[in-house]
Amino acid sequence: MTLAVLFSNLIANLPVIVVLVLVILIFVRSRREVLWREAYRRLGKNNLAKVAMGILGIYSTLVIMDCFSWQASRNEEPRTVVDAIFQKPFERTYSAPLAPTTSGEVMDHPLVSKHLLGTDSVGEDVVYKVIKGMRTSFIIGGFSCLVAVPIALVFGLLAGYFGKWVDDIVQFLYTVFGSVPDILLIIAIVMMLDKSIVYVCVALGLTSWTGLCRLVRGETLKHRDREYVRAAKALGVSDFRILAKHILPNLMPSVIIAVTLLFSTLALYETILSYLGVGMPPGSGSWGNMIDAARDELTRNPMVWWNLVFASGALLLLVLSLNVLADALRDAIDPRLRTQ
Amino acid sequence: MLRYLIRRVLYMIPTLIGVSLLTFVLFFGIFSPETIARRNLSAKNASQEQIQTWEHEHGFDKTKLELFEVHMKSLLGFQFGKSDSKSKEVIWDRIREGALPSFELASLAFFFTLGCGLALAVVVAYLRGTYIDTLTMALAVISMSIPIVVYVIGLQYFFGKMLKYGPVAGYEPGFSGLRFMILPVMVSLVSGTGYYVRLYRTFLLDETGQDYVRTARAKGVAENLVLFKHVLKNAMIPVITTTVSVIPSLILGNLVLESFFGIPGLGNYLIGAIKGQDFAVVRAMVYLGTLLYIFGLLLTDVLYAVLDPRVRLQ
Repeated sequence: MTLAVLFSNLIANLPVIVVLVLVILIFVRSRREVLWREAYRRLGKNNLAKVAMGILGIYSTLVIMDCFSWQASRNEEPRTVVDAIFQKPFERTYSAPLAPTTSGEVMDHPLVSKHLLGTDSVGEDVVYKVIKGMRTSFIIGGFSCLVAVPIALVFGLLAGYFGKWVDDIVQFLYTVFGSVPDILLIIAIVMMLDKSIVYVCVALGLTSWTGLCRLVRGETLKHRDREYVRAAKALGVSDFRILAKHILPNLMPSVIIAVTLLFSTLALYETILSYLGVGMPPGSGSWGNMIDAARDELTRNPMVWWNLVFASGALLLLVLSLNVLADALRDAIDPRLRTQ
Repeated sequence: MLRYLIRRVLYMIPTLIGVSLLTFVLFFGIFSPETIARRNLSAKNASQEQIQTWEHEHGFDKTKLELFEVHMKSLLGFQFGKSDSKSKEVIWDRIREGALPSFELASLAFFFTLGCGLALAVVVAYLRGTYIDTLTMALAVISMSIPIVVYVIGLQYFFGKMLKYGPVAGYEPGFSGLRFMILPVMVSLVSGTGYYVRLYRTFLLDETGQDYVRTARAKGVAENLVLFKHVLKNAMIPVITTTVSVIPSLILGNLVLESFFGIPGLGNYLIGAIKGQDFAVVRAMVYLGTLLYIFGLLLTDVLYAVLDPRVRLQ
């Protein structure tokens, strides 16, 4: 394992790592505050939320495992931890779930020697493909949020706090970006730049910041005239410090919930983009491409259903856990909002 | 009221200019006129003269600034001109042609989804706290978590291959063509209802927490009378205001559903134009889309003031 390879890989996986580090940081930092400790205590009582967090934990572990790779020898492609564990020898074409492997090393093991979820058209193991798709999904969701959230936060805070012409400009910007149909903007950006995951994420980020920005602006407006902000102002605290230290922490609950939902929306969006032909480049392992391929696979005889079912199942599980977690967080942070 | 309206309409102008600026930058950032010309000329190796004549015919042989001027003038005057890729086709004609199928699909999908969502929300709010409530809300979340593409593929398969029920995609005008609409409407029903149920349920439950509801109950009004006479009426305000902003965009149709089911509406037209790098069509459609969107926002605000006497427009 050379250091250079590891490093280049780190750059490629930067979005994932940054997002995960951010999540951990927010988690650790927020444990120190009373409000959040209370919220976590309430979250701990919610069994459904615990299951959702468990699923998200498993997903994140697999994604992290897929981020670190090494080169076994100079001529080989770098392999990630996931490759080492889950990659199976290719079959010639489709094989049904639980079919035994027929090529490569023949091992007599009830799990290893079988394609648990079958193989796809080029004979690649579906378990492996589904796990590879997790990383794509996390990058799409995480990286796009990484683009969208800072824009939304900065614009929303500035507009809500300063009002007047700043507010006018920001409102103008999000009306303009919000008025253009987002699929159009995405297709245009992807066609302009390139069909690569980074540009897809930038495009998704640029179209999805408007809703969050509106939320942040509204919340900031509410907090601007509260007593604690006035007190800080009277004490001569600078505007920047008021925004960063006083208003932003108060917005965090609603922002975190909104971002969780945004993440799940973006993960779903990827399938539409793949269908329209502006999604991930082929061969990069994405659930959207697997689902898209199912259009032809379902018409085969006998029917090939496992690609569609397992790819959408994995996606469903991810989105569902995120939605459940967002609901649980909302209930935990503000019990008054709890829907009876 | 009138002054407010006038001011809002005046506010629309900078937004429209901004959007057309954005489309201009996007499209001329993406494709140079030469690429557009090469693509639309259909000759394999277009000569330099051919390209130049094409650029001249379509008015691309100018500086960016002049181009922008022409672009803005044609948009603000609604003179969309002719398509870049099919030089015979007048854009307005195509829009008129596509508006009907688009509107047909979008309005059917809209009313069914909304109706189901509202009905379910009322039922669920009435039965709040019971197992039916929990189950429906769980189903709503699950149905929202499945990608729409899976619904499309699944329903097409189920109806087309298993039930051998007629057409799985396509369009026919007129009353007999309604059978083409069943599948797309069903897709939007199963994928969209969950969202509306959740939204409307919150509105309804928000109202049930109000003081006047407690008063009504204290007076001894029957529970379903409270729900239908007091709560539902007041909950209709947010329901209507969140819904009405969608209405103008019904004309432009549903980009995704139309291209999934091969319905020759405006959404399909737009996606085809983007893929074919037809700048003239794209800018016309985006401009119209923005106009309708902003109009929808305006409508929402006005209706909000009309329905809720506490809100004053200034």
